[in-house]
Amino acid sequence: MSIAPLTSPPPFAHRHLLGIEGLKPPEITFLLDLAEEAAHAIRHPAAERDALRGRTLINLFFEASTRTQSSFEFAAKRLGADVMNMSIRTSSVQKGETLIDTAVTLNAMRPDLLVVRHQAAGAVELLSQKVDCSVINAGDGAHEHPTQALLDALTIRRHKGRIERLIVALCGDILHSRVARSNILLLNAMGARVRVIGPSPLLGGGIERLGVEVYRSMEEGLADADVVMMLRLQRERMSTALIPSSREYFHFFGLDREKLSFAKPDAIVMHPGPINRGVEIDSVIADDQRSVINEQVEMGVAVRMAVLQALAPHLQSQA
Amino acid sequence: MLLEEITKAHAAETRPTAYINARLIDPATGLDEQGGVLVADGKIADVGRHIHGEIGGDTALIDCGGAVLAPGLIDMMVFTGEPGAEHRGTLADASRAAAAGGVTTIICMPDTDPVIDDVALVDYLLRRARDTAEVNVHPLAAMTKALAGEEMTEIGLMQAAGAIAVTNGKLSLANARIMRNVLAYAHDFDMLVIHALEEPTLSSGGVMNSGEVSLRLGLKGIPAAAETIMLERDLRLVEMTGARYHAAEISCRASLEIIRRAKEKGLPVTCGVSINHLSLNENDIGPYRTFFKMRPPLRTEDDRQAMAEGLASGDIDVVVSAHDPQDADVKRHPFPEAADGAIGLETMLPVALRLYHNGDIPLASLLRPLTSNPAGILGLESGKLAIGAPADLVIFDPAVPWVVDAETLHSKSKNTPFDEARLEGRPLLTLVAGRIVYRYAEDRNS
Repeated sequence: MSIAPLTSPPPFAHRHLLGIEGLKPPEITFLLDLAEEAAHAIRHPAAERDALRGRTLINLFFEASTRTQSSFEFAAKRLGADVMNMSIRTSSVQKGETLIDTAVTLNAMRPDLLVVRHQAAGAVELLSQKVDCSVINAGDGAHEHPTQALLDALTIRRHKGRIERLIVALCGDILHSRVARSNILLLNAMGARVRVIGPSPLLGGGIERLGVEVYRSMEEGLADADVVMMLRLQRERMSTALIPSSREYFHFFGLDREKLSFAKPDAIVMHPGPINRGVEIDSVIADDQRSVINEQVEMGVAVRMAVLQALAPHLQSQA
Repeated sequence: MLLEEITKAHAAETRPTAYINARLIDPATGLDEQGGVLVADGKIADVGRHIHGEIGGDTALIDCGGAVLAPGLIDMMVFTGEPGAEHRGTLADASRAAAAGGVTTIICMPDTDPVIDDVALVDYLLRRARDTAEVNVHPLAAMTKALAGEEMTEIGLMQAAGAIAVTNGKLSLANARIMRNVLAYAHDFDMLVIHALEEPTLSSGGVMNSGEVSLRLGLKGIPAAAETIMLERDLRLVEMTGARYHAAEISCRASLEIIRRAKEKGLPVTCGVSINHLSLNENDIGPYRTFFKMRPPLRTEDDRQAMAEGLASGDIDVVVSAHDPQDADVKRHPFPEAADGAIGLETMLPVALRLYHNGDIPLASLLRPLTSNPAGILGLESGKLAIGAPADLVIFDPAVPWVVDAETLHSKSKNTPFDEARLEGRPLLTLVAGRIVYRYAEDRNS
């Protein structure tokens, strides 16, 4: 391993990736540039990569997830790592083992990287304090989901050439969304204008203090938007009386051709997936050429490769 | 003899003892002067300027070196793990923590396993206290069976057995009809009703104050309105029934306004605030620090200031430690899943002194909600420097700087939000019924 001279600090000096909060704009740009290269590499698989050869990555998912987990697995394997998937929901936690116990047990297996998703906000940070390896937050409660925000930013940049000064509208369940939180932090850090649109019970009081413009109607909120980012609506929002029905929700906040017409003609449509067709987005729009939803999935792998590469120099030296 | 020289041998002193060269503060009368206190037979035999070094005869002399001598503190909200969760805390370790904090009387909450909802359990707790505790212990009795909020307990019989008031513990009694009945029935016995304030359907699922911080952390909030709605409801029922009512803990500015108006109306209402809500705010949670997770939750800095103002104005009657021992097993979890509560008996007075050092409140006014006010509300003889009152006393240096080390605190559970806090002032000597139960000089050397 080459050692950088002391005068130029590494462009990414973190041991963990726990959130977008705490990242400086040059660090975000560094990750996006690295991801851009990775995206190229994915399409041209001749280029062999071995940044994580001999390293072990554990996917530790306390909440079910297909795409994020497989995206990390794919990214890690492309970089030469051994990957182990642990579905914790069906094992030790049900026997009363605490998160800390799990962390200590896994730590004893000496992995190099832990990718963690947990239903409680702050759980991944807590876990990172108890293990020796690098930890990546793959979503903690309604707090953060940093790789999602990075892949969204990469997708935006590839289409718009920049992030600065773009009008980005986040639509739907902001209050319960870690995707929304990480995106608001990242987009604000990179100089975009961020709007949130949704019914009040899904926005939460005081949301404007996160540095966003707040709208209760799609017509106003989408006016002149460069990017329309739809969020997934959980079924339980109806059963807990936050909103009345999916029918009414779709009527006012579901993205269809008419509502999208308020945005700029070249606006792109994004969604973190999986999509509820006919609840937050019309099928026609999801499959429209302005939709970049599939590209988001591809960029997901690229961004995760970039994050793994950025963390690689900080991994503990192998015994 | 100087305070520093007191050892265990002297602590067993049975002769009359004069504590001289002290700054006497009696919050009940506003007395603040140099002088001494003569203690005999467990009671205050004399007090004032004329108690000094020339007292002769058989009397032992202890020189307080100019330290403050005040009534021992009365803490109206103490949780222990006894019975049922002794691994978290017992009456014995709570009592040692109390003594070290200058607290001479603790009021124990009924949130135990089993819940203190029966005459035999009140009796059991009092016997355990007699056998294991060095400070005075008064149990609160549950006002509904198992604190379930459904069936009323034997309030009259438990009062006769020694329960000092009734409460629904950490839980608010959501059912207004049952609350009305409890208030009306307790009124017949002139039994004080102490009630927690949280409209449970509004706070459901919440883990911290609702606002910008909870939004940033992605944590579910408990709005201040959950407290004010319950408080407003209770006050309407107090108006209907005439019962003596004490709001266990208020935590926000709006509640203070409501209490103020109720008192102007002449309702028999008092309220308390925890030391945590006087000294901390929601920002202290920082990166999900679970030792700052409590109920009611830490609120905004404006709310904290309101609590300090309410204390200075006298609208807030009582300061409690809300001492709630929780061990690592229940605190070392992700924030939403971690237990509520913080210990506080030993740090309550030193942390409260911050308000005095900041200039928020004079010393005598600060001590009133810690001594004479709770004594008055509960009908206790202590809490004052008066001839004939129990010699429950604390001698403290209000200025000595020290740093809290959780590991050296006397509580079995170490869940203090003040670990490594720099404080000014601490108890040097604590007396219960004339007997020395805490000596800082010895504690420091051990």
